[in-house]
Amino acid sequence: MTAITKTDVLIVGAGPVGLFAVFELGLFDMKCHLIDILDRPGGQCAELYPEKPIYDIPGWPSISAQGLVDKLLEQIAPFKPEFTYNRMVSSLERLEDGSFRVTTDENEVFEAKIVVIAAGGGSFQPKRPPIPGIEPYEGKSVFYSVRRMEDFRGHDLVIVGGGDSALDWTLNLQPVAKSVTLVHRRPEFRAAPDSVNKMYAMQEMKQLEFQVGQVTGLTGSDGQLASATIKGPEGDVEVPCTRMLPFFGLTMKLGPIAEWGLNLHENLIPVDTEKFQTSVPGIFAVGDINWYPGKLKLILSGFHEVALMAQAAKRIISPGERIVFQYTTSSTSLQKKLGVVD
Amino acid sequence: MTKLTFIAHDGTHFDVDAENCSTVMENAIRNAVPGIEAECGGACACATCHVYVDEAWTAEVGEPEAMEEDMLDFAYDVQPNSRLSCQIKVRDALDGLVVRVPARQG
Repeated sequence: MTAITKTDVLIVGAGPVGLFAVFELGLFDMKCHLIDILDRPGGQCAELYPEKPIYDIPGWPSISAQGLVDKLLEQIAPFKPEFTYNRMVSSLERLEDGSFRVTTDENEVFEAKIVVIAAGGGSFQPKRPPIPGIEPYEGKSVFYSVRRMEDFRGHDLVIVGGGDSALDWTLNLQPVAKSVTLVHRRPEFRAAPDSVNKMYAMQEMKQLEFQVGQVTGLTGSDGQLASATIKGPEGDVEVPCTRMLPFFGLTMKLGPIAEWGLNLHENLIPVDTEKFQTSVPGIFAVGDINWYPGKLKLILSGFHEVALMAQAAKRIISPGERIVFQYTTSSTSLQKKLGVVD
Repeated sequence: MTKLTFIAHDGTHFDVDAENCSTVMENAIRNAVPGIEAECGGACACATCHVYVDEAWTAEVGEPEAMEEDMLDFAYDVQPNSRLSCQIKVRDALDGLVVRVPARQG
């Protein structure tokens, strides 16, 4: 039996809004656990544009996206949030006592009184490459990540892409595969120069093939690939291909949350603007993933949303308890929670 | 105002007035041109505002910088005249620019 992680609030998504939710919930003594599909906190700020400045965070005329994430982590540290990375939430069920049981794609189980969906544009997932008719092969002979190198032993492998994932797997799977063809749109690579040099050296020794071009067609049957057509500068080339690994970056998809029985509005989750609660009491949605009349996808709007959400969450967790509105500037009890007074 | 024309994948023309210094992508979004997604909001981080620059304009528009070339690796059906529209700034010399929207964004 898998151990169950229990927490007051389970936050789906560790982007800026999910992180600040820890702060607002923490002021009301609610303990938070965050789950994110990425391997680190920050969401889009960390994954898409860490170096880019943001100009509309109140009080910060300019702050880099990663800088904001770092400051938020510092700000929520007193509340000791727990993080689970590299996981996608898959299923959610309501228990008899009204709390929620959430399971991840790796079958970890969490139980929480409150669920806060702060999933931004959805979970980052590998982008499907622009190859017509690729769908039937996915999961059978086309894979977007390598779980076990053995799965590629003895195969004619085509790797598509020019970043570190593509080059690293080209080098690592070369000794295992029957043949390796690396396909990239141009002879310049985003990958580390050292890996690129190693790849060229192996090509020189005829241990692998490198083709400039784009994969335009596949042949095979019953999900099993046989060959791939590569359109290059000198026309079409057909290469044997029984396994393919395309690395075309990440895109965002709502994913399994769409199956949680919440009302949806064009892949967004409608909420009220008093509590930011979804159609299921106890499940809240904040930040870019929610929708309400006048919604703006701004980080600062998300910060406002979590402040109000925290009040509503507290009423669910501690029914009947009077909620005292306090300022961090003057409240000794809040300052104690923040660890700034003894 | 600088005139831009977007040609959607179904052939529909969108003639728009663009302010100088805005990006071609921003004008597509502002005018609801179908097929321009701009998932990342213009940070050159997603390749979902991919367009084909009309052959008559490729020289004036110019070549993508290295970072944009890198992002174009993630785009669908990349051609020599492919650009990310968030990286093209509108200026007087682009008055009359024509760009085509690809069949899909990634």
